[in-house]
Amino acid sequence: MNEILEIIEQDPKKDPSEIALLTGYSEKEVQTRIKELEDSGIIRKYKAVIDWDRVGEEYVYAIIELKITLGDRSGYDKIAHRIASFNEVRSIRLISGDHDLSLTVRGQSMKDVAFFVAEKIATLDQVQNTVTHFVLKTYKEDGVPLFEQEKSRRLAISP
Amino acid sequence: MIDIKKTLSDKIKTVPPSGIRKYFDMVIGMDDVISLGVGEPDFVTPWHIREACIYSLEKGFTSYTSNSGLIELREAISDSFHNDYGVDYNPEDQVLVTTGVSEAADLALRAVVNPGDEVILHEPCYVSYKPGIILSGGTPVPVSTTRDNEFRLTGEQLEGAVTDKTKAIILSYPNNPTGAVMRKQDLEEIADVVVEHDLLVISDEVYDKLTYNGKHTCFSSLNGMEDCTILLNGLSKSHAMTGLRVGYAMGPPGLISAMLLIHQYTMLCAPITAQMGAIEALRNGEADMQAMVREYNRRRRFFVTGLNRLGLDCFEPRGAFYAFPSVESTGMTSSQFAEELLQQQKVAVVPGGVFGQCGDGFLRCSYASGLDELKTALERIEEFLS
Ligand SMILES: Cc1ncc(COP(=O)(O)O)c(C=O)c1O
Repeated sequence: MNEILEIIEQDPKKDPSEIALLTGYSEKEVQTRIKELEDSGIIRKYKAVIDWDRVGEEYVYAIIELKITLGDRSGYDKIAHRIASFNEVRSIRLISGDHDLSLTVRGQSMKDVAFFVAEKIATLDQVQNTVTHFVLKTYKEDGVPLFEQEKSRRLAISP
Repeated sequence: MIDIKKTLSDKIKTVPPSGIRKYFDMVIGMDDVISLGVGEPDFVTPWHIREACIYSLEKGFTSYTSNSGLIELREAISDSFHNDYGVDYNPEDQVLVTTGVSEAADLALRAVVNPGDEVILHEPCYVSYKPGIILSGGTPVPVSTTRDNEFRLTGEQLEGAVTDKTKAIILSYPNNPTGAVMRKQDLEEIADVVVEHDLLVISDEVYDKLTYNGKHTCFSSLNGMEDCTILLNGLSKSHAMTGLRVGYAMGPPGLISAMLLIHQYTMLCAPITAQMGAIEALRNGEADMQAMVREYNRRRRFFVTGLNRLGLDCFEPRGAFYAFPSVESTGMTSSQFAEELLQQQKVAVVPGGVFGQCGDGFLRCSYASGLDELKTALERIEEFLS
């Protein structure tokens, strides 16, 4: 099971016949297992990691930390779910330390992001304060380095 | 002017040139070659290990170490064998850190071989043993292992090769170039012959961590074998550290101290940067190593199935990162196959004969390459065969 997940996490486009060869399961077994993993929500989604900078798409990303005052009966989940509903929010996490929630937000411009924070996030009752860090450059995303790696110097033939 | 030919020692003239060299020269200058001829991991040393090396440089650790190697490293090595195989070597006088297994093998031979002594080795095997035996003054006695027996050495074969001149046997499983492994019962057969004839065993287990479908048995973990075995191992393959050059030998104190004697006058010590990396690798490297093993295993299944589908009969290699298919079905010799494949389809493999005559008819194909490369290699081999 984990073996299949490890392969798919690296390359969601691999087809079941190849996964079968790699793992020693039959193709049918692989298909059934993947279906199970999808149905149970263990595999959430198949996604591409895109270097938008190269496309020339000037997205602006920001990491925003929020301090939350919890209401009487509501925990972090409720406010987190609410914030997660915004399309601009790419990720949201409960964190330890000075702040409570950390979001990654994507917008078309700095102004865009600034407005979003000022109007949609800072105005929420439970949000006590916000700190916005604009992302200047992304070097690695989801385990994938976005810079060129040195070419290997391994010899073509060795004992 | 000196006459170079006359200047060279008689001994060096008896060492045959490496068969690998020829293929290396052929590949050089060719573009777009996919090489299955590589005897080392394609993985880069895991970052935490490289970082330990860098950090040691930053701290200014650039001196010699104790001849035997850093005591922390010897302790880490000793602990790992205790944990993995239940064998105990005292880090004080039973562990010697060397510049790779290569140096350790040389030291072992030089420490024990007298002129005229015979050293048994099973072929096909790693290319350095035979020259090593010759350079130490001994006579190599090759024993051929066979495809039918999945390239295992049997007790009977060993028995048949023993004479009153036999000093030692070099045992090397998991095996380069065949990918063969020896099960516990196979090793026990060997141990029986070893006891009967009071042989020394030099066991090169550098691929011990790279086994699939079953755990490796360490030769010196067999009953009574610790006292007659020099165990060689290192971090080149298990932790993808080939270029850092660190290995080690373990054995009875009397043998290790003899090896240390040569080592201290020749190599002095293994590079300290590599030793620092090795400490980190042994203490915290398990997860990265397991991830590499899982990846090799996937490639192995994929590649060996692919070879068999192409009609290149290949037994299931259960260790190291080599497949050893037979080219019998093609009617070609293995050197012919290797040379034409390289010229026509730009896939480099090493003919089995390089690893001993009985390897003729087979190819060593390393699957320590990315899956995409293996796929393309199989496609090109298919094209070549059609
Ligand atoms: C069986 C065997 N022993 C020893 C070595 C050399 O190892 P090291 O890098 O530790 O010198 C190799 C390398 O290919 C090998 O295959």
